[in-house]
Amino acid sequence: MDDLSAKSPCEGLLPATVGGFTLREEPPTTLTLIAPYAGQEAALSAAMDAAHGLAFPAPNRTTGSGEARAVWFGRRQAVLMGPDAQPGLAAHAALTDISDGWAVVRLDGDRAEDVLARLVPVDLRPRVFQPGHTARTELRHMMASLTRVSAKSFQIMVFRSFAETLVHDVKTAMEAVAARG
Amino acid sequence: MRITCPICGERDRREFTYRGAALGAPALEAGIEAWHAQVHLRLNPAGSLAELWHHEMGCGAWVQVTRNTATHEMLGSVLAEDADLAMPAPETEVEP
Repeated sequence: MDDLSAKSPCEGLLPATVGGFTLREEPPTTLTLIAPYAGQEAALSAAMDAAHGLAFPAPNRTTGSGEARAVWFGRRQAVLMGPDAQPGLAAHAALTDISDGWAVVRLDGDRAEDVLARLVPVDLRPRVFQPGHTARTELRHMMASLTRVSAKSFQIMVFRSFAETLVHDVKTAMEAVAARG
Repeated sequence: MRITCPICGERDRREFTYRGAALGAPALEAGIEAWHAQVHLRLNPAGSLAELWHHEMGCGAWVQVTRNTATHEMLGSVLAEDADLAMPAPETEVEP
């Protein structure tokens, strides 16, 4: 039998530091897509609060912090990051394990939004796009999930198969912004 | 051009793909003239036009956007499911 070994999406590609910016891969964690059934939004949110201590996030927002976070992930969808979803949530929502399907990276640095401004058609200035805000948008030509996790850092998610393109595009933007001094 | 998504807010046109004019569908048994008009005949106004856009790179919603085709001014935006475009149910049961 073949000896299979786990490999993270950005293995061998990251971390990368350019100027004051650092791009690194987030440690692999469980990602569960949660899509509430019709009319079950409130019951689901209460069940998520009881099981994981966080609510189902409103559009363009995240809930929770640290070990367990829920990131709004599109219309009537959120992704639970961190813990394995409690099986009881399946009474209120479709649960899908997407842990292996997405590359999750983090961009840190003063004015990291200047790097992303070259890639993403969303206003990411700190007074508009604050910690805890998220957006489903386009990064170059990739469907992406973008979340501001703190004043100086963003979480970026794209499909796993785009990992190398993501790293290339973000590094190129980091170099361009750093070169301006 | 900026398009307002009822869920995500105002976003760049690049996040959307275009479907075409927002038309209510005739009944299945409406006849060939009604379906010919549905498929082929368009007003092409220089002004207000209701059309369907898919927020493909964003939240995934289908949106009925009312846009001034001459200026690209956004005049309105509503989820397609709230826009009363659904095909009327056939009057007789369709054989499975």
